[in-house]
Amino acid sequence: MKYVCTICGWVYDPAEGDPDGGIAPGTKFEDIPEDWECPVCGAGKDDFEPEE
Amino acid sequence: MRPVEIKEGVHWIGVVDWNCRNFHGYARSANGTTYNAFYIEDEKKVLVDTVSKGSESQFLCSLAHLTKPEEIDYIVVNHLEPDHAGCLEKMVELCKPEKIFVSVMGGKNIATFFDSKDWPVHVVKPGEEVSIGKRTLRFYETRMLHWPDNMFTYCPEDKLLFTSDAFGQNIAASERWVDEMSKEMVADHMQQYYANIITPYSSKVIKTLETFAGLNLDVDMICPDHGLMFRGDDCAFALEKYMEFAKQEPKNKATLFYDTMWSSTERMISAVASGLVSEGISVKVMSVKANHHSDIMSEVFDSAAVVIGSPTHNNGILPGMADALTYVKGLRPQGKIGAAVGSFGWSGECVKILNEWLEKMGCDIIEPQIKAKNRPNHDTLKECFQLGVTIAAAIKAKTAK
Ligand SMILES: Cc1cc2nc3c(=O)[nH]c(=O)nc-3n(C[C@H](O)[C@H](O)[C@H](O)COP(=O)(O)O)c2cc1C
Ligand SMILES: [Fe+2]
Ligand SMILES: [Fe+2]
Repeated sequence: MKYVCTICGWVYDPAEGDPDGGIAPGTKFEDIPEDWECPVCGAGKDDFEPEE
Repeated sequence: MRPVEIKEGVHWIGVVDWNCRNFHGYARSANGTTYNAFYIEDEKKVLVDTVSKGSESQFLCSLAHLTKPEEIDYIVVNHLEPDHAGCLEKMVELCKPEKIFVSVMGGKNIATFFDSKDWPVHVVKPGEEVSIGKRTLRFYETRMLHWPDNMFTYCPEDKLLFTSDAFGQNIAASERWVDEMSKEMVADHMQQYYANIITPYSSKVIKTLETFAGLNLDVDMICPDHGLMFRGDDCAFALEKYMEFAKQEPKNKATLFYDTMWSSTERMISAVASGLVSEGISVKVMSVKANHHSDIMSEVFDSAAVVIGSPTHNNGILPGMADALTYVKGLRPQGKIGAAVGSFGWSGECVKILNEWLEKMGCDIIEPQIKAKNRPNHDTLKECFQLGVTIAAAIKAKTAK
Protein backbone atom coordinates (compact mmCIF):
# COMPACT_ATOMS: atom_id res chain seq x y z
CA MET A 1 0.00 0.00 0.00
CA LYS A 2 1.31 3.46 -0.97
CA TYR A 3 0.93 6.45 1.34
CA VAL A 4 0.56 10.05 0.28
CA CYS A 5 1.72 13.11 2.20
CA THR A 6 -1.25 15.36 2.92
CA ILE A 7 1.01 18.42 3.08
CA CYS A 8 2.99 18.24 -0.16
CA GLY A 9 1.58 15.30 -2.10
CA TRP A 10 4.76 13.19 -2.08
CA VAL A 11 3.98 9.48 -2.34
CA TYR A 12 5.68 6.84 -0.23
CA ASP A 13 6.09 3.68 -2.28
CA PRO A 14 7.20 0.74 -0.09
CA ALA A 15 8.92 -0.81 -3.13
CA GLU A 16 11.25 2.20 -3.29
CA GLY A 17 11.43 3.16 0.38
CA ASP A 18 13.25 6.41 1.18
CA PRO A 19 16.94 5.51 0.98
CA ASP A 20 18.06 9.13 1.72
CA GLY A 21 15.96 9.02 4.88
CA GLY A 22 17.36 5.65 5.90
CA ILE A 23 14.32 3.61 4.84
CA ALA A 24 15.30 0.55 2.81
CA PRO A 25 13.30 -0.48 -0.28
CA GLY A 26 10.65 -2.98 0.71
CA THR A 27 9.83 -1.31 4.05
CA LYS A 28 6.12 -1.22 4.75
CA PHE A 29 4.81 2.20 5.78
CA GLU A 30 3.74 0.80 9.17
CA ASP A 31 7.33 -0.29 9.83
CA ILE A 32 8.87 3.15 9.32
CA PRO A 33 10.12 4.66 12.61
CA GLU A 34 7.76 7.24 14.14
CA ASP A 35 10.33 10.05 13.94
CA TRP A 36 10.79 9.71 10.18
CA GLU A 37 9.91 12.79 8.11
CA CYS A 38 8.64 13.33 4.57
CA PRO A 39 11.73 13.90 2.40
CA VAL A 40 10.11 16.76 0.50
CA CYS A 41 8.29 18.80 3.14
CA GLY A 42 9.37 17.44 6.50
CA ALA A 43 5.86 16.39 7.52
CA GLY A 44 5.59 13.69 10.18
CA LYS A 45 4.34 10.15 9.68
CA ASP A 46 0.89 11.10 10.97
CA ASP A 47 0.51 13.56 8.10
CA PHE A 48 0.36 10.63 5.66
CA GLU A 49 -2.77 8.90 4.40
CA PRO A 50 -3.22 5.64 2.45
CA GLU A 51 -3.39 6.33 -1.28
CA GLU A 52 -6.78 5.56 -2.77
CA MET B 1 12.50 53.44 -4.14
CA ARG B 2 15.56 54.47 -2.20
CA PRO B 3 16.91 52.01 0.36
CA VAL B 4 15.55 52.32 3.90
CA GLU B 5 17.87 51.65 6.82
CA ILE B 6 15.91 49.40 9.19
CA LYS B 7 18.71 48.78 11.73
CA GLU B 8 22.14 50.31 11.71
CA GLY B 9 23.84 48.80 8.68
CA VAL B 10 20.79 46.79 7.62
CA HIS B 11 18.86 48.13 4.65
CA TRP B 12 15.60 47.35 2.94
CA ILE B 13 16.31 47.31 -0.78
CA GLY B 14 13.01 46.06 -2.08
CA VAL B 15 10.89 47.06 -5.03
CA VAL B 16 7.29 48.26 -4.84
CA ASP B 17 5.23 46.74 -7.64
CA TRP B 18 2.38 49.25 -7.79
CA ASN B 19 0.77 47.67 -10.83
CA CYS B 20 0.72 43.99 -9.92
CA ARG B 21 -2.93 42.86 -9.97
CA ASN B 22 -2.53 39.15 -10.42
CA PHE B 23 -0.07 37.69 -7.97
CA HIS B 24 1.84 34.81 -9.58
CA GLY B 25 -0.97 34.21 -12.05
CA TYR B 26 -3.53 32.86 -9.58
CA ALA B 27 -4.30 35.28 -6.73
CA ARG B 28 -5.66 38.77 -7.00
CA SER B 29 -3.51 41.54 -5.57
CA ALA B 30 -5.78 44.54 -5.89
CA ASN B 31 -3.31 46.73 -4.00
CA GLY B 32 -0.16 45.68 -5.82
CA THR B 33 2.67 44.07 -3.90
CA THR B 34 6.30 44.49 -2.93
CA TYR B 35 9.32 42.27 -3.26
CA ASN B 36 11.43 42.92 -0.19
CA ALA B 37 15.14 42.23 -0.20
CA PHE B 38 17.83 43.30 2.26
CA TYR B 39 21.45 44.33 2.34
CA ILE B 40 23.58 43.93 5.48
CA GLU B 41 26.81 45.87 5.79
CA ASP B 42 29.30 44.13 8.11
CA GLU B 43 32.76 42.61 7.71
CA LYS B 44 31.01 40.45 5.20
CA LYS B 45 28.54 42.21 2.96
CA VAL B 46 25.37 40.21 2.64
CA LEU B 47 22.40 40.24 0.32
CA VAL B 48 19.25 38.61 1.73
CA ASP B 49 17.00 37.56 -1.16
CA THR B 50 16.45 39.50 -4.36
CA VAL B 51 13.36 40.65 -6.26
CA SER B 52 11.43 39.46 -9.30
CA LYS B 53 13.24 39.55 -12.61
CA GLY B 54 11.06 42.31 -14.02
CA SER B 55 12.22 44.62 -11.21
CA GLU B 56 15.91 43.96 -11.70
CA SER B 57 16.90 47.46 -12.83
CA GLN B 58 15.13 49.13 -9.89
CA PHE B 59 16.77 46.68 -7.56
CA LEU B 60 20.27 47.33 -8.91
CA CYS B 61 19.63 51.07 -8.74
CA SER B 62 18.57 50.79 -5.11
CA LEU B 63 21.61 48.70 -4.23
CA ALA B 64 23.89 51.17 -6.00
CA HIS B 65 23.07 53.76 -3.30
CA LEU B 66 24.79 51.49 -0.79
CA THR B 67 27.48 49.42 -2.46
CA LYS B 68 28.85 47.99 -5.65
CA PRO B 69 27.67 44.45 -6.38
CA GLU B 70 31.24 43.18 -6.54
CA GLU B 71 31.65 44.14 -2.86
CA ILE B 72 29.02 41.60 -1.83
CA ASP B 73 30.41 38.47 -0.20
CA TYR B 74 27.40 36.40 0.71
CA ILE B 75 23.96 35.88 -0.77
CA VAL B 76 21.23 34.33 1.37
CA VAL B 77 18.48 32.65 -0.64
CA ASN B 78 15.58 32.11 1.75
CA HIS B 79 13.40 30.91 -1.11
CA LEU B 80 14.03 29.96 -4.74
CA GLU B 81 10.70 31.12 -6.18
CA PRO B 82 11.24 33.60 -9.03
CA ASP B 83 9.72 36.55 -7.15
CA HIS B 84 12.62 36.33 -4.68
CA ALA B 85 15.37 34.65 -6.64
CA GLY B 86 14.49 36.24 -9.97
CA CYS B 87 17.67 38.31 -9.97
CA LEU B 88 19.86 35.62 -8.47
CA GLU B 89 21.59 34.65 -11.69
CA LYS B 90 22.37 38.29 -12.45
CA MET B 91 23.59 38.92 -8.92
CA VAL B 92 25.84 35.88 -8.92
CA GLU B 93 27.34 37.11 -12.16
CA LEU B 94 27.85 40.66 -10.82
CA CYS B 95 28.79 39.90 -7.20
CA LYS B 96 30.87 36.78 -7.69
CA PRO B 97 29.90 35.86 -4.12
CA GLU B 98 32.09 33.80 -1.84
CA LYS B 99 29.07 31.84 -0.65
CA ILE B 100 25.39 31.38 -1.45
CA PHE B 101 23.36 30.07 1.48
CA VAL B 102 20.36 27.84 0.83
CA SER B 103 18.31 25.36 2.86
CA VAL B 104 18.60 21.60 2.43
CA MET B 105 15.67 21.55 0.00
CA GLY B 106 17.04 24.69 -1.65
CA GLY B 107 20.25 22.77 -2.26
CA LYS B 108 18.31 19.92 -3.82
CA ASN B 109 16.36 22.24 -6.09
CA ILE B 110 18.64 25.13 -7.06
CA ALA B 111 20.00 23.39 -10.14
CA THR B 112 16.44 22.99 -11.48
CA PHE B 113 16.16 26.78 -11.63
CA PHE B 114 19.70 27.85 -12.52
CA ASP B 115 22.79 26.56 -14.17
CA SER B 116 24.36 26.60 -10.74
CA LYS B 117 26.92 23.81 -10.87
CA ASP B 118 29.85 26.25 -10.60
CA TRP B 119 28.20 28.43 -7.94
CA PRO B 120 29.58 28.44 -4.38
CA VAL B 121 26.35 27.02 -2.94
CA HIS B 122 26.50 26.34 0.79
CA VAL B 123 23.66 24.18 2.07
CA VAL B 124 22.87 25.07 5.68
CA LYS B 125 21.62 22.64 8.28
CA PRO B 126 18.65 23.81 10.34
CA GLY B 127 19.97 26.06 13.12
CA GLU B 128 23.37 26.52 11.45
CA GLU B 129 25.13 29.82 12.10
CA VAL B 130 27.55 31.89 10.11
CA SER B 131 29.46 34.85 11.46
CA ILE B 132 29.56 37.91 9.22
CA GLY B 133 31.63 40.10 11.57
CA LYS B 134 29.79 41.86 14.38
CA ARG B 135 26.73 39.85 13.48
CA THR B 136 25.68 36.26 13.18
CA LEU B 137 23.16 34.85 10.75
CA ARG B 138 21.30 31.74 11.81
CA PHE B 139 19.16 29.73 9.42
CA TYR B 140 15.95 27.88 10.22
CA GLU B 141 14.23 25.51 7.87
CA THR B 142 10.55 26.41 7.38
CA ARG B 143 9.59 23.81 4.80
CA MET B 144 6.24 24.28 3.07
CA LEU B 145 5.80 27.84 4.16
CA HIS B 146 5.00 27.64 1.31
CA TRP B 147 7.54 25.75 -0.79
CA PRO B 148 9.79 22.90 0.35
CA ASP B 149 12.86 25.16 0.25
CA ASN B 150 11.64 28.09 2.38
CA MET B 151 13.80 29.13 5.30
CA PHE B 152 14.01 31.98 7.81
CA THR B 153 17.20 33.89 8.53
CA TYR B 154 17.68 35.24 12.04
CA CYS B 155 20.20 37.78 13.26
CA PRO B 156 20.40 37.57 17.10
CA GLU B 157 22.48 40.76 17.52
CA ASP B 158 19.88 42.85 15.70
CA LYS B 159 16.89 40.70 16.79
CA LEU B 160 15.87 40.53 13.19
CA LEU B 161 13.91 37.73 11.56
CA PHE B 162 13.73 37.54 7.76
CA THR B 163 10.75 35.31 7.01
CA SER B 164 10.45 35.15 3.22
CA ASP B 165 6.80 34.49 2.26
CA ALA B 166 5.50 33.97 5.79
CA PHE B 167 3.67 36.98 7.27
CA GLY B 168 3.60 38.65 3.86
CA GLN B 169 0.83 40.77 2.41
CA ASN B 170 0.14 42.06 -1.06
CA ILE B 171 0.32 45.78 -0.40
CA ALA B 172 2.10 48.38 -2.50
CA ALA B 173 2.81 51.46 -0.39
CA SER B 174 5.37 54.13 0.28
CA GLU B 175 5.21 53.09 3.94
CA ARG B 176 7.45 50.24 5.06
CA TRP B 177 6.06 49.45 8.51
CA VAL B 178 2.79 48.05 9.75
CA ASP B 179 2.67 50.76 12.44
CA GLU B 180 2.53 53.43 9.74
CA MET B 181 -0.74 52.13 8.35
CA SER B 182 -4.08 50.86 9.60
CA LYS B 183 -3.54 47.60 11.43
CA GLU B 184 -6.98 46.33 10.41
CA MET B 185 -6.14 46.90 6.76
CA VAL B 186 -2.88 45.03 7.20
CA ALA B 187 -4.58 42.17 9.06
CA ASP B 188 -7.09 41.88 6.25
CA HIS B 189 -4.33 41.69 3.66
CA MET B 190 -2.42 39.17 5.76
CA GLN B 191 -5.54 37.03 5.83
CA GLN B 192 -6.09 37.30 2.07
CA TYR B 193 -2.47 36.32 1.51
CA TYR B 194 -2.71 33.44 3.97
CA ALA B 195 -6.02 32.20 2.55
CA ASN B 196 -4.70 32.12 -1.00
CA ILE B 197 -1.18 30.88 -0.43
CA ILE B 198 -0.61 29.27 2.96
CA THR B 199 -3.92 27.55 3.84
CA PRO B 200 -2.96 24.03 2.68
CA TYR B 201 0.06 24.04 4.97
CA SER B 202 -1.77 25.14 8.11
CA SER B 203 -0.69 22.10 10.11
CA LYS B 204 2.93 22.93 9.24
CA VAL B 205 2.33 26.54 10.27
CA ILE B 206 1.17 25.41 13.71
CA LYS B 207 4.20 23.14 14.12
CA THR B 208 6.58 25.87 12.95
CA LEU B 209 5.07 28.46 15.28
CA GLU B 210 5.29 26.03 18.18
CA THR B 211 8.90 25.26 17.34
CA PHE B 212 9.73 28.96 17.23
CA ALA B 213 7.89 29.64 20.48
CA GLY B 214 10.05 26.92 22.05
CA LEU B 215 13.21 28.59 20.75
CA ASN B 216 12.39 31.77 22.64
CA LEU B 217 14.13 33.95 20.09
CA ASP B 218 14.42 37.59 20.90
CA VAL B 219 12.72 39.20 17.91
CA ASP B 220 11.91 42.87 17.51
CA MET B 221 11.59 42.97 13.75
CA ILE B 222 9.88 40.55 11.38
CA CYS B 223 10.74 41.23 7.78
CA PRO B 224 8.66 39.30 5.25
CA ASP B 225 9.44 39.37 1.54
CA HIS B 226 6.08 40.93 0.56
CA GLY B 227 4.44 44.03 1.93
CA LEU B 228 4.99 45.85 5.20
CA MET B 229 7.38 44.89 7.99
CA PHE B 230 6.58 44.39 11.67
CA ARG B 231 8.49 46.00 14.52
CA GLY B 232 8.06 46.14 18.31
CA ASP B 233 4.70 44.86 19.52
CA ASP B 234 3.62 44.21 15.96
CA CYS B 235 5.88 41.13 15.88
CA ALA B 236 3.65 39.44 18.45
CA PHE B 237 0.66 40.57 16.41
CA ALA B 238 2.07 38.84 13.31
CA LEU B 239 2.63 35.59 15.21
CA GLU B 240 -0.82 35.68 16.83
CA LYS B 241 -2.51 36.30 13.50
CA TYR B 242 -0.76 33.33 11.91
CA MET B 243 -1.75 31.04 14.76
CA GLU B 244 -5.33 32.25 14.41
CA PHE B 245 -5.33 31.69 10.64
CA ALA B 246 -3.70 28.26 10.95
CA LYS B 247 -6.40 27.06 13.34
CA GLN B 248 -9.07 27.99 10.76
CA GLU B 249 -11.74 28.64 13.31
CA PRO B 250 -14.96 29.40 11.43
CA LYS B 251 -16.89 32.65 11.85
CA ASN B 252 -20.64 33.05 11.99
CA LYS B 253 -20.59 33.40 8.24
CA ALA B 254 -21.45 31.60 5.00
CA THR B 255 -20.08 32.17 1.51
CA LEU B 256 -22.38 31.32 -1.39
CA PHE B 257 -20.74 31.17 -4.80
CA TYR B 258 -22.40 30.22 -8.02
CA ASP B 259 -22.67 30.64 -11.76
CA THR B 260 -25.87 31.00 -13.69
CA MET B 261 -27.19 31.27 -17.27
CA TRP B 262 -30.79 32.49 -16.96
CA SER B 263 -30.80 33.43 -13.27
CA SER B 264 -32.61 30.34 -12.00
CA THR B 265 -29.63 29.10 -9.99
CA GLU B 266 -28.99 32.68 -8.89
CA ARG B 267 -32.52 32.96 -7.50
CA MET B 268 -32.10 29.68 -5.64
CA ILE B 269 -28.83 30.86 -4.09
CA SER B 270 -30.49 34.10 -3.18
CA ALA B 271 -33.25 32.26 -1.35
CA VAL B 272 -30.72 30.16 0.58
CA ALA B 273 -28.96 33.41 1.53
CA SER B 274 -32.24 34.86 2.82
CA GLY B 275 -32.77 31.79 4.97
CA LEU B 276 -29.28 32.18 6.44
CA VAL B 277 -29.72 35.89 7.08
CA SER B 278 -33.11 35.34 8.71
CA GLU B 279 -31.24 33.26 11.30
CA GLY B 280 -28.60 35.92 11.92
CA ILE B 281 -25.79 34.48 9.78
CA SER B 282 -23.59 36.90 7.86
CA VAL B 283 -23.43 35.99 4.17
CA LYS B 284 -21.28 36.73 1.12
CA VAL B 285 -23.07 36.03 -2.14
CA MET B 286 -20.58 35.79 -4.97
CA SER B 287 -21.21 35.18 -8.63
CA VAL B 288 -18.12 33.65 -10.21
CA LYS B 289 -18.61 36.05 -13.11
CA ALA B 290 -18.33 39.10 -10.87
CA ASN B 291 -15.68 37.72 -8.51
CA HIS B 292 -12.21 36.34 -9.04
CA HIS B 293 -11.60 32.89 -7.55
CA SER B 294 -9.05 34.32 -5.13
CA ASP B 295 -11.58 36.79 -3.68
CA ILE B 296 -14.00 33.89 -3.28
CA MET B 297 -11.30 31.94 -1.42
CA SER B 298 -10.61 34.90 0.87
CA GLU B 299 -14.27 34.79 1.96
CA VAL B 300 -14.53 30.99 2.10
CA PHE B 301 -11.47 30.96 4.36
CA ASP B 302 -13.17 32.26 7.49
CA SER B 303 -16.68 31.03 6.69
CA ALA B 304 -18.33 28.17 8.55
CA ALA B 305 -20.30 27.12 5.46
CA VAL B 306 -20.04 27.16 1.68
CA VAL B 307 -23.10 26.94 -0.50
CA ILE B 308 -22.43 26.36 -4.17
CA GLY B 309 -24.69 26.59 -7.19
CA SER B 310 -24.49 25.90 -10.90
CA PRO B 311 -26.89 24.97 -13.64
CA THR B 312 -26.29 21.83 -15.67
CA HIS B 313 -24.19 22.66 -18.71
CA ASN B 314 -23.24 20.01 -21.32
CA ASN B 315 -23.81 17.26 -18.76
CA GLY B 316 -21.53 19.05 -16.31
CA ILE B 317 -21.31 22.37 -14.49
CA LEU B 318 -20.47 25.80 -15.90
CA PRO B 319 -16.75 26.35 -16.47
CA GLY B 320 -16.61 29.36 -14.14
CA MET B 321 -17.71 27.12 -11.28
CA ALA B 322 -15.13 24.49 -12.21
CA ASP B 323 -12.48 27.22 -12.04
CA ALA B 324 -13.57 28.44 -8.61
CA LEU B 325 -14.00 24.92 -7.23
CA THR B 326 -10.62 23.71 -8.52
CA TYR B 327 -8.99 26.68 -6.86
CA VAL B 328 -10.83 26.52 -3.54
CA LYS B 329 -10.48 22.76 -3.20
CA GLY B 330 -6.75 23.00 -4.01
CA LEU B 331 -6.25 25.26 -1.00
CA ARG B 332 -7.82 22.60 1.23
CA PRO B 333 -9.88 24.74 3.60
CA GLN B 334 -10.79 22.62 6.63
CA GLY B 335 -13.96 21.91 8.53
CA LYS B 336 -16.62 23.55 6.37
CA ILE B 337 -20.31 22.84 6.15
CA GLY B 338 -21.40 22.44 2.51
CA ALA B 339 -24.60 22.52 0.46
CA ALA B 340 -25.44 22.61 -3.25
CA VAL B 341 -28.28 23.83 -5.46
CA GLY B 342 -28.78 24.18 -9.20
CA SER B 343 -31.16 24.40 -12.13
CA PHE B 344 -31.35 22.12 -15.16
CA GLY B 345 -33.22 21.61 -18.41
CA TRP B 346 -33.14 17.88 -19.19
CA SER B 347 -30.36 15.63 -17.83
CA GLY B 348 -29.69 17.53 -14.57
CA GLU B 349 -26.26 16.33 -13.38
CA CYS B 350 -25.27 19.66 -11.80
CA VAL B 351 -26.14 19.08 -8.16
CA LYS B 352 -24.63 15.60 -8.12
CA ILE B 353 -21.35 16.99 -9.46
CA LEU B 354 -21.34 19.93 -7.05
CA ASN B 355 -21.94 17.49 -4.25
CA GLU B 356 -18.93 15.42 -5.31
CA TRP B 357 -16.82 18.56 -5.04
CA LEU B 358 -18.12 19.21 -1.54
CA GLU B 359 -17.30 15.64 -0.56
CA LYS B 360 -13.78 15.95 -1.93
CA MET B 361 -13.42 19.14 0.11
CA GLY B 362 -14.29 17.15 3.21
CA CYS B 363 -17.41 19.23 3.93
CA ASP B 364 -20.16 18.18 6.32
CA ILE B 365 -22.92 18.09 3.75
CA ILE B 366 -26.36 19.47 4.53
CA GLU B 367 -29.37 17.97 2.76
CA PRO B 368 -31.48 18.35 0.76
CA GLN B 369 -29.59 19.07 -2.43
CA ILE B 370 -32.10 21.12 -4.34
CA LYS B 371 -32.61 20.89 -8.10
CA ALA B 372 -35.09 22.95 -10.10
CA LYS B 373 -36.27 22.11 -13.60
CA ASN B 374 -35.86 25.26 -15.72
CA ARG B 375 -37.31 27.74 -13.24
CA PRO B 376 -37.58 27.39 -9.47
CA ASN B 377 -41.24 27.79 -8.53
CA HIS B 378 -42.47 29.26 -5.30
CA ASP B 379 -42.26 25.94 -3.45
CA THR B 380 -38.70 25.30 -4.59
CA LEU B 381 -37.63 28.76 -3.46
CA LYS B 382 -39.26 28.10 -0.08
CA GLU B 383 -37.28 24.87 0.10
CA CYS B 384 -34.12 26.87 -0.64
CA PHE B 385 -34.99 29.35 2.12
CA GLN B 386 -35.53 26.43 4.48
CA LEU B 387 -32.15 24.98 3.46
CA GLY B 388 -30.61 28.30 4.54
CA VAL B 389 -32.33 27.98 7.91
CA THR B 390 -31.05 24.41 8.32
CA ILE B 391 -27.49 25.46 7.42
CA ALA B 392 -27.75 28.33 9.93
CA ALA B 393 -28.55 25.87 12.70
CA ALA B 394 -25.55 23.74 11.72
CA ILE B 395 -23.31 26.84 11.71
CA LYS B 396 -24.49 27.82 15.17
CA ALA B 397 -23.84 24.33 16.48
CA LYS B 398 -20.37 24.44 14.98
CA THR B 399 -19.33 27.91 16.16
CA ALA B 400 -20.75 27.28 19.64
CA LYS B 401 -18.17 24.51 20.18
C1 LIG C 1 1.02 28.58 -4.76
C2 LIG C 1 1.82 27.52 -5.47
C3 LIG C 1 1.49 26.20 -5.30
C4 LIG C 1 2.21 25.20 -5.93
N1 LIG C 1 1.86 23.91 -5.73
C5 LIG C 1 2.61 22.92 -6.26
C6 LIG C 1 2.31 21.56 -5.98
O1 LIG C 1 1.38 21.24 -5.25
N2 LIG C 1 3.10 20.62 -6.50
C7 LIG C 1 4.15 20.93 -7.32
O2 LIG C 1 4.81 20.02 -7.82
N3 LIG C 1 4.47 22.21 -7.60
C8 LIG C 1 3.72 23.22 -7.09
N4 LIG C 1 4.04 24.53 -7.36
C9 LIG C 1 5.24 24.86 -8.14
C10 LIG C 1 4.96 25.17 -9.62
O3 LIG C 1 4.34 24.08 -10.26
C11 LIG C 1 6.30 25.49 -10.28
O4 LIG C 1 6.76 26.72 -9.79
C12 LIG C 1 6.25 25.53 -11.79
O5 LIG C 1 7.58 25.51 -12.25
C13 LIG C 1 5.57 26.78 -12.35
O6 LIG C 1 5.48 26.68 -13.74
P1 LIG C 1 5.24 27.97 -14.68
O7 LIG C 1 6.57 28.65 -14.76
O8 LIG C 1 4.73 27.44 -15.96
O9 LIG C 1 4.25 28.82 -13.98
C14 LIG C 1 3.29 25.53 -6.76
C15 LIG C 1 3.60 26.87 -6.94
C16 LIG C 1 2.89 27.86 -6.31
C17 LIG C 1 3.28 29.29 -6.52
FE1 LIG D 1 6.95 32.00 -2.53
FE1 LIG E 1 6.86 35.32 -2.61
